[in-house]
Amino acid sequence: MKYQDEYRDPELAEKIVMAIKQKSRRRVRFMEVCGTHTVAIFRSGLKELLPETITLISGPGCPVCVTASEDIDRAILLCRQPGVMVATFGDLMRVPGSDSSLQQEKARGADVRMVYASFDALELARQHRDRPVVMLGIGFETTIPTIAAAVHQANQEKLDNFLVFSAHKLLPPAMDGLLSAEEVHIDGFLCPGHVTTIIGTNPYQTVVDRYGKSCVISGFEPVDVLQSIQMLVSQMEEARCEVEIQYTRAVRPEGNPKARQIIEEVFEPANATWRGLGSIPGSGLKLRDQYRAHAAESHYDLRVPPGQEMPGCRCGEVLRGVCTPPECALFRERCNPANPYGPCMVSSEGTCAAYYRYHQE
Amino acid sequence: MKTERIQMDHGAGGRASHDLVAKTFMPALANPILSELNDSALLNFQDVRLAMSTDSYVVDPIFFPGGDIGSLAVHGTVNDLAMRGAQPCYLSVGFILEEGLEIDDLERLLASMAEAARDAGVQVVAADTKVVERGKADRIFINTAGVGVIAPGVDVAGQNAKSGDLVLINGPVGDHGIAVLSTREGLSFQTEIQSDSAPLNGLVNDMLEVSRNIHVLRDPTRGGIATALNEVANQSAVGIELEESSLPVRPEVNAACEMLGLDPLYVANEGKVLALVAPEDAEQVLHKMRQHPLGRQSCIIGRVVSEHPGRVVLQTGIGGRRIVDMLSGEQLPRIC
Repeated sequence: MKYQDEYRDPELAEKIVMAIKQKSRRRVRFMEVCGTHTVAIFRSGLKELLPETITLISGPGCPVCVTASEDIDRAILLCRQPGVMVATFGDLMRVPGSDSSLQQEKARGADVRMVYASFDALELARQHRDRPVVMLGIGFETTIPTIAAAVHQANQEKLDNFLVFSAHKLLPPAMDGLLSAEEVHIDGFLCPGHVTTIIGTNPYQTVVDRYGKSCVISGFEPVDVLQSIQMLVSQMEEARCEVEIQYTRAVRPEGNPKARQIIEEVFEPANATWRGLGSIPGSGLKLRDQYRAHAAESHYDLRVPPGQEMPGCRCGEVLRGVCTPPECALFRERCNPANPYGPCMVSSEGTCAAYYRYHQE
Repeated sequence: MKTERIQMDHGAGGRASHDLVAKTFMPALANPILSELNDSALLNFQDVRLAMSTDSYVVDPIFFPGGDIGSLAVHGTVNDLAMRGAQPCYLSVGFILEEGLEIDDLERLLASMAEAARDAGVQVVAADTKVVERGKADRIFINTAGVGVIAPGVDVAGQNAKSGDLVLINGPVGDHGIAVLSTREGLSFQTEIQSDSAPLNGLVNDMLEVSRNIHVLRDPTRGGIATALNEVANQSAVGIELEESSLPVRPEVNAACEMLGLDPLYVANEGKVLALVAPEDAEQVLHKMRQHPLGRQSCIIGRVVSEHPGRVVLQTGIGGRRIVDMLSGEQLPRIC
């Protein structure tokens, strides 16, 4: 497949690995922020090609994983309301809330539909004008413009039965939160390629200026990731610290102003609670006043008791890069994809699931 | 978390299905024949060895590119028998029809079943029909059961894999799953991909003609080749090593998988056979497979090893290694 095979070329990969091995002297720790990177790294078995000097740690970039259990409980509360149809991206189905999951609610009779795009949910709202259709808004800057566009469209069509439950998250404030906590040592970041196609490179300048951490915006194929690691290693060895783009075939420094404009039009910043990271000011979004009629919380009382996380589950620490999944006592025997305790084992982009599926002990 | 109701994962053919079989069905129904957990049961009648199998079909939509629920119901059971090295002879078929199903559609499906049965050389010798109220079924569900005869000297079973065996497959993987997915409501992508649904007994017959050292045959349906090979690795207590670069996947299937966040290793097939063959016979079997219309693109994708018993390990395209686990739920699309 074009634009894919080139980036899985074993000879090119080997060349880059050789170059990394020659250049790398210092012991360094790089965090891959994005869940898609985590999966790409594990699926290609890339870690074992790297020299000992380089440690990769997984970060908070799996949207399902960082969704607070209270928000899962709110989604469950919504699907239990009479007449409500809930539309969700599939990854969320199995994530355990305090005492249930959307999948279990579906088995008990709730109307939960899996959609691939926000406009599929909008179509459901058109087909079922007499029923509230609630789209669960989970995801980062890559998904948010599509949800914003759907809300904007619903507003124009006066589809007042199309509602959104916004549990969206913004990545740069989370990176800021991680670094200011100084809990885990990070030398540089593999920054999320697709999020950056929207937000551009500006937000990472803070990470460079305030914290002195290198940032390379990376694509998702094995050769992309290797090349990004090579760029980070070069920055380390040459004592440089800057924002660089490896994923030049998709990312422009200015991002996508049109996508940002629709987000800005429909949403305003709000505080958000992240699993593992806690409450981070300005890291979430809520609908602006003129779109409030499409907000699920305008129609339903979504107050829930504080979320219950499974005792012993270390997903929070995994999301902060403080521990690796095999260090969790529940991992593999008691917590596995068929019987997940925490969200990092549920999502296909979760770090625990990646370790479970692909990692040879 | 205790799961107290049946969920869609239980039907996906992966780990949840296996757990349901092991913990719920087996305690009630186990006997030495059923407990072998092969695609077909092996029945001994004095000098004759029969294979018997049954399967139910609930595919949505009932007509899809490259096939329909009628032909699929014939191919599926024929293939389960063939995976035991049996020559399929007779089928029974049971229909559950939803009130409101158009007779025209039913006739089209029956014509398709008849043609599939002719192609596979089997006769439908017993049948049953039930009708349920609208909403109690999804248009049509079909169950088929079949019996076949195993020729003397043929011994094919999931327990028979041996270290050194080579893993062969008769063509690209993932076509059926992607063809069906592409027609699902709410999935607006267009492809030319056709289901690979086909009867494999002719191909298997040819293979068995040139070698009696075919140890295992598997049709990687739900759960894909990853799940099928994990089952064999467990049943035979061997390790299996796959080469990512040798895995045949059509570019269109690959593209659809990339877009939907699926792994072709886990996508369903309905006309593929995995054969684990002693190394000395592998070339011969491969040559014979390539002469058959359903085996033109046959190739070797891996080998059986004595290390890591019960595990399937993939040598990745860029030279890394990773394990290939059994499917652990319905494959779900990613969020971003």
